[in-house]
Order: sequence, then C-alpha cells, then structure tokens
Amino acid sequence: MSLVGARVLRKEDPKLLAGRGTFVDDISPTGTVFASFVGSPHAHAMVVAIDVRRALGMPGVLGVWTAADFTEYPDLPGGLADFERPALATDRVRFVGEPVAVVVAEDRYLCADAVAAIEVEYDVLPAAVTIEAATAPDAPLLFPHHQTNAITSVPMLDDGERELERSASRAHLHIVNQRCAAVPIEPIAVLADWNPGSLTVWATFQAPHHLRNYLATWLDLPQNLCRVIAPDVGGGFGAKIVWYPEFFLAPLLSKWTGRPVKFAQTRSEAMQQMTHGRGQIHDVDVGYENDGRINVLRLVVTQDLGAYADPTGLGLAVLTSWMAAGCYRIDKVVTGFRTVATNTTPIAAYRGAGRPEAAYTIERIVDLIARRTGLDPAEVRRRNFIKPNQFPYQTHNDAVVYDSGDFPSALTECLRLLDYDAVRARQVEARRDPSGPLIGIGLSAWLEIAGFGPNGSLEGFGHLASWESTQVRIQPDGSAILYVGSSPHGQGHETTFAQIASDELGISFDRITVVHGDTETVLQGIGTMGSRGVPTAGSAVKVASARVLGKAKRIAAHLLEAAEEDLEVADNAFRVRGTPGKTVSWGDVGLASFQPLRLPPELLAGSLEERLFQESPNFSYPSGVYGCVVSVDRRTGKTTIEKMVLIDDCGTVINPLLAEGQVHGGVAQGIAQALYEEMAYDPQSGQPLTATMLDYLIPSAPDLPEYIAGRITTLCPNNPLGAKGIGESGAVGAPASVVNAVIDALAPFGVEHLDMPLLPEKVWRAMQPSLVSVSASVGAS
Amino acid sequence: MSEFVSRVSLTVNGRAVSSDVEDRTLLIHFLREQLRLTGSHVGCDTSNCGACTVHLDGDAVKSCTVLAVQASGRAVVTIEGVNGPFDGRSAVQEGFRQCHGLQCGYCTPGMVMAATALLVENPMPTSTEIRLALEGNICRCTGYQMIVDSIEWAAANPRPAEGGSA
Repeated sequence: MSLVGARVLRKEDPKLLAGRGTFVDDISPTGTVFASFVGSPHAHAMVVAIDVRRALGMPGVLGVWTAADFTEYPDLPGGLADFERPALATDRVRFVGEPVAVVVAEDRYLCADAVAAIEVEYDVLPAAVTIEAATAPDAPLLFPHHQTNAITSVPMLDDGERELERSASRAHLHIVNQRCAAVPIEPIAVLADWNPGSLTVWATFQAPHHLRNYLATWLDLPQNLCRVIAPDVGGGFGAKIVWYPEFFLAPLLSKWTGRPVKFAQTRSEAMQQMTHGRGQIHDVDVGYENDGRINVLRLVVTQDLGAYADPTGLGLAVLTSWMAAGCYRIDKVVTGFRTVATNTTPIAAYRGAGRPEAAYTIERIVDLIARRTGLDPAEVRRRNFIKPNQFPYQTHNDAVVYDSGDFPSALTECLRLLDYDAVRARQVEARRDPSGPLIGIGLSAWLEIAGFGPNGSLEGFGHLASWESTQVRIQPDGSAILYVGSSPHGQGHETTFAQIASDELGISFDRITVVHGDTETVLQGIGTMGSRGVPTAGSAVKVASARVLGKAKRIAAHLLEAAEEDLEVADNAFRVRGTPGKTVSWGDVGLASFQPLRLPPELLAGSLEERLFQESPNFSYPSGVYGCVVSVDRRTGKTTIEKMVLIDDCGTVINPLLAEGQVHGGVAQGIAQALYEEMAYDPQSGQPLTATMLDYLIPSAPDLPEYIAGRITTLCPNNPLGAKGIGESGAVGAPASVVNAVIDALAPFGVEHLDMPLLPEKVWRAMQPSLVSVSASVGAS
Repeated sequence: MSEFVSRVSLTVNGRAVSSDVEDRTLLIHFLREQLRLTGSHVGCDTSNCGACTVHLDGDAVKSCTVLAVQASGRAVVTIEGVNGPFDGRSAVQEGFRQCHGLQCGYCTPGMVMAATALLVENPMPTSTEIRLALEGNICRCTGYQMIVDSIEWAAANPRPAEGGSA
C-alpha cells in the first residue's frame, strides 16, 4: 500500500507529548551562563554614553560589552551598502528594543538585575515612525549620509493609464496591509559553546547551514570548526531566518568567558526584536467592463522595511508585484514599488511573505467590481479566471509562469460546501431584521508562488543556492537513515519524508529515520521556507531513494540469481515475480551491501547510499478558493465567523492529516490578521503599543471557528512529486475571505472598504449613519 | 542575597523534593533549571500563553505566575509525570497523537496539562466547552481545531479498546 497520500501518524509526536522534546532553552551544558541585552527605550536617538560600572560590580556578573568591544567585527551580514546594521548599536539607535549592550551573568535573574543597572545616556531625535512620516519632505533621516529614507525603488515603465481610461469603468483602493508579528510560541534562543578548538551553536533557526555559513564568515572561522544545530524549533513562520545580533554575539561571549553562553528572549523582547511582517501600503487601480471583465490592473506598493533592510524584507514587494494579478487573466498588469526605512522593528518574511498582500488586494478589488457592477462576486471571479486549459500561463512577469490549476472547479466546490444560495437567502432575511446580526459572505480565490527551488530563486535573498539536499543511507540491517537539508519547525518532515522514502524503497515506515538540523551530520542544506519542504526536499528524497533502490535491486538479483527486471520490492523484501518463495529480505540486501564477497562485481561495499542536490526547473503555484460566512453584531460591531470553507490545491498530498494541519494553522493566522492582530506604534514617539501578548491579540481557541476543508488536485509539472507546497496557503487565502465577508455584511451602509484588523470599534463606526461618509470615502475613487 | 533564600519542600511527579531557592524564583524556572524538567516551556511574560501549565494540587496553573516558595508543601505534576495505558501515554496524550493536535510541540505540554485538568472536571465536554477551557493556552501552529478533536478523542477513549492499542 502506498504511504504517499495516507494519514500516517507522526514520528515526532511521542517525544514531544512526553515533554521530551529538545528546544534550545532546554539544553544546558555544564557551566552554562546567561546573556541578556540592554535594549534602546527610544525609537531614534544618539547614544551619548554607556555606564556599566555598577553592573560590573554586581554578584554573578561575568562581564558587560558594548559596541566598542566589537569594532574588529563587521556589521551584520545581508544588508545593503549604506544601510548596514551593526551587531550592537554604535552611535545611533533606530528602533525601540535595538540592543546597545550585553551582560553575561551566572543566571537569567542576575542578568536581568545587571541589565537594569546599566545606565545609557541618549540624545533623543525625532522619529520617522510611519511610511508617511518617513517620506515627508522634512522627515528625520535614519541614515543621514543617504539623504532619504527611501531605500529601493522600482518604478513602472508604463502606468497603464491609457488602458484605464479606455475601460468602461475604473476603481481605486488605498489598502493598508498592516504590520503583524509572527509570534512563534518559542521566542529566539541561542546557546554557544566555544571550545578551544571549535564552536557549537544551538539556535532557533529555520536554516542551520545558512546560519553556519554566515556565522563562520563573520567570525573568520573555517566552516569545519563551526557547527550549528537547530534542534526542536518551536515554530518559525519566517521570523527565524533572520540575522539577529544575538546569534553572532553569543559565540564571542562564550569565547571570551570560557563558558557556554545562552540567550533566551522574553516575549516582550521578542515583540520588539524578532522581525515583523507585512507592513505594505497598496494603491491599486483597476479598469473593467460592465460585464465585470477586468482589462487592466495597476498596483503600486510601498513597503515599510523598519529600521534596517533585511534581505528578505527587500524582496517582499517583488513577490507582491509578481503575484498582483492572482488567479485572473488580465491583459495589462503594471506594478511598481518602493521600500522605506522607518524607526520601527525591521520587517522580513512572515508566513506568505509578500504573497498574502498580493492575494488580499486583488481579491478586495474583485469584490469592489462586483459591488459596483451589481454582479455576484462568484460570477465576477468566474468571468476573469484563467481557464484550466490555459496552463502553463505566462503572467505579466517573465519569471512567473503559473504551472497548473483549476480555479473554476475550486470555486464550484467552495460554493457547494458554503451552501452559497441558501446563505445568500439568509443574508437577505437578516438585513430585514434591524435587531438581529448582519450576515456577510466573502470569497477569496487565491494563488501564490511557492516551491522555492529554481536556480536563482533564493540566491537573491542571500542563500548559497536554491536546491535542497538529501542523503539516503541503507544500514547493514536494511533499515534506512535519511539526512535532509531542509530543517523543520513543526511541519513534520520526519514523517512525510519517511513516507516518500518508504514508497520508493519498499522499506517500512518504522525502519526509516530522518535526520535534520545539524551541520555536522547533514551534508549541506538550504532551509525550510517559501513552502518548499515537500516540493524540493521531498522530491530530493524521492529521487535519491529511487536511485538507491536501483542499486539494491542489483544486489538482490545477484543474491537470488535472478534478473533485476523480474524483481519487485515491498514490505522490506525483494521477490521474484511469479516465483513464490524466491525472496530475499531488505535486511539481507543491506548486509550484503557491506560485504564485498557477496556483492556483484560492479558494486563496492557501501554502495547503497545516494546523495543528491535536487534542483527544480520552476516554481510551484498552490491555489484555492476560501469562503467565509460572518455575522456582525449591529450593536457592538463584533464579527463572528460562522462558517469557513477551505478548498486547497497543493498538488500531490503526502499526508492529508499534516496538510490539513498546515492549512488550519495558516488560516488561523490569516483570520488573526483580518480580525485581531496589528503590531502598532505610537506614531510620534515610535513606542510599540502591542509589545506583549496582553496587547497583541493572538487568537485562542474560542476566537476561531471550525474549518471545513476540501481539496482539488492539479499536479505541479515542475518537480518529481507533483507537489506544490502547503505551508503558507492558509495565510495567503484567509484574510480576503474574512474581510470580504465583513464588507459584504456592511453593504447596506455603503461601506466599500475597511483596513484590517476589523476590530469591533472600526466596524461599529462604519455602521453609524453619521460616520458612514468617512468610512466609505476610503474606497471611493 | 542569602536572606532572600528559602527552603522549599514539595512533591514533583510523586517524588519528594527539597531545595533552597531564591524567594523570587518562579516555579517554572525551579522546575526547568533546578530539577531539569524541561518539558514545561516559557512562551510569554504575561500569563497569556499557557506553555508553562502544570498541575498544582490537581489544578492547572501557569507556573510562570507561581513562585517556587508558594508551591512548598504542595504537589506538582508536570508533563513528565503524565502517563497512561496507550503505550505509556495518557488518553489526552494519545488523542493529540491520533488527531494531529500538535505541530512544533512547544505549547503542547501546557495544552496537555490544561486538557487533562478539564477532563477530570468535565469528562465529556462539548467542543464549545473545550474551546473555552483552553482560552488560556495559545497555539500558533494548529489553528486549534485538531486540538479540540484531540480532546474529544481522549474523552471518548479513556482507555485502549479491547484487544489492542488504539
């Protein structure tokens, strides 16, 4: 029986459920001491003086270090020339929480005491907190030598105005895709142990080899002496693939103190120091005909980068521009973008990284067309969809060729599960009852770019390359160990990759182990991001396993004195077809593979091993249609999700249980962005207003609905598995479905757009007749 | 410093423990760093996330909001002290395995402790009751539905079915 496609229970779970997981902060080698950082209390200031004398005299304190102690080390890697981030702030701080000094003490309590005793004198400067403030003519400059806060700019070559004018109608939306925080429940932690001969670093990271390569360079240490381990990692969502100063400083602190040094962020620190996501402003214009058919789309993106230009942060608007047209066939699509520095926490990847922003905007504008034309939103989508026979589909950008999809079928299935006509009838009823809640129905037909694997796709973000590696090694008893370069943080690689290998090798699932996350055992690796685990690493496992099987068959044929082509393999044994009883176990083949006297002459001992760097000819494009039914309380503005239907197309599904789990988690984050979450700052002072879990509203179980998940499948032609990836889908598709539902509910009030998060007060205000003109004008063109 | 140190005596997972601790030591740090019971985790500073949930005299509490000295004379059970008839796992632990109620696993020990306390109080909760009972435990991976499924599974399967494990 094939395991690919089966609901196999996870290998990872027994130890995690027993409390026997190994997260970075769980590891404490003998003699471990603790590091803690002094963060700037100001969004923008000059550092005048740092007085560490009182801290140095405190019990248990091993030392205090400032930027002056690291002058022989370079700035953090990955920044643009002119905008580099120092590991510790030198003369200027650019966001609240930016580290200016570090303490090492015997335990974390003594560390906190010492941090509180360090006095830093600042000369406070005006802060540029928002994109508007940072781009104003007299804006305070974060990098005065650069003379502007605009970092990069890609203008439109053609503004599409001619086509917009020629269309029967045009519409405009100004959309704020608010800043969100990833908030993995495990914050950043690092443990560094610098032995006289070598360095070992345990880090909460999504790409341990990537960190090893950069860390070794930064420390001027050969890579063979620099071992990075990402043990169990407690979620990442993009925020654990960033060059945080703590990763670079901890090894030096260990070297200088002669002790293993651990740093584990508190949540308050994490809210300020882990990178945030989203933070885009869109100006979108669309030209369309009276039948809802879209002629032209123009999208101009402004990306808030925060205080420093993260390499991924710089790329977010590129991905948004690429995906601007979503599932639709639009003759003319023009895009432009710019990136802007502000006195806030840097922005980088957060689940979806540039694609949720694109999907949200196109799906908002399609709903606006439906509103203005009076057509059903489902019908407007159907009229503009790329058709199933139009793939591969060349988009407005040469690099983006959609692989496959069946958007009409996904929509039909979504409407069926929503019971669309019935709920539309209910909506009409509800509108007649002024005391009851309003009903709204929202659709989101989304598509994203994933499977980051084509050569060149990750190099631009600072990665070594874009392949993913695997090594398959058969043991002398016929069991197998896979070493994979893609290091997980909750996705279940140990299970899914073992399923793939089991099918290819004919070795049972429980006799396959997957090893990851350690640069000393895994040959090389890129990492886990961009929904690439299954399409790239999974494909590597499939192909390498098939090659190992080819050699194993030669050994089995030799042992059985049979022809290779007559062999079949299953259940840990090779059998000669049509000859019952003529069989040799995988165990015996494994044993023979290490015994030269039993091998066919063309094979050497240890031949049942294969290493592979899997490249992909092109990206994958997961898609789907999500439908949401909300009720909105007229008295309070509170939104309740009554029904959430999720139709995904991720190509080949390895494990439906895990795939559905990925969708649920992504959708939860998407609903959270739509209704609850915003990383907010005081616009003048730059003080974060949502710097704890009390203020930043992560939904808990009662805040979220049950999900009804369905599926359609079109295979990806660009990798051997036919898989498209699923990690980011939910976060890409969910926000528009929820917001479209709320705006639909508010239709009687003339509301055409509200920005996320749709907190009750905002929705309530939109329903007050005297205030309607204010809220509706946002969407007017 | 020394005037702020107290002797605490308590049972942890059924074993008597006696130790000198600083008065300001949180129970979570006492468990993790002195007793090396690292299954319970810290995910926030504000008692919101529940990753540190343990049982104190049978009640689910957030061990980041209890001082170690407050636990003196009392009985603490952590995730390491939970077990049962499903290959060593309790029904709640097995429910999470069967229903994919965990992904990264960081919040999971706290979820299991909260769910275990719920089922003692209410052996057959509705899905709404489960969601309300978990309000103080945050998971960023699962979107909660499979956690609810896991606890419903545990309520329906308190012990393995006759003739084999589930």
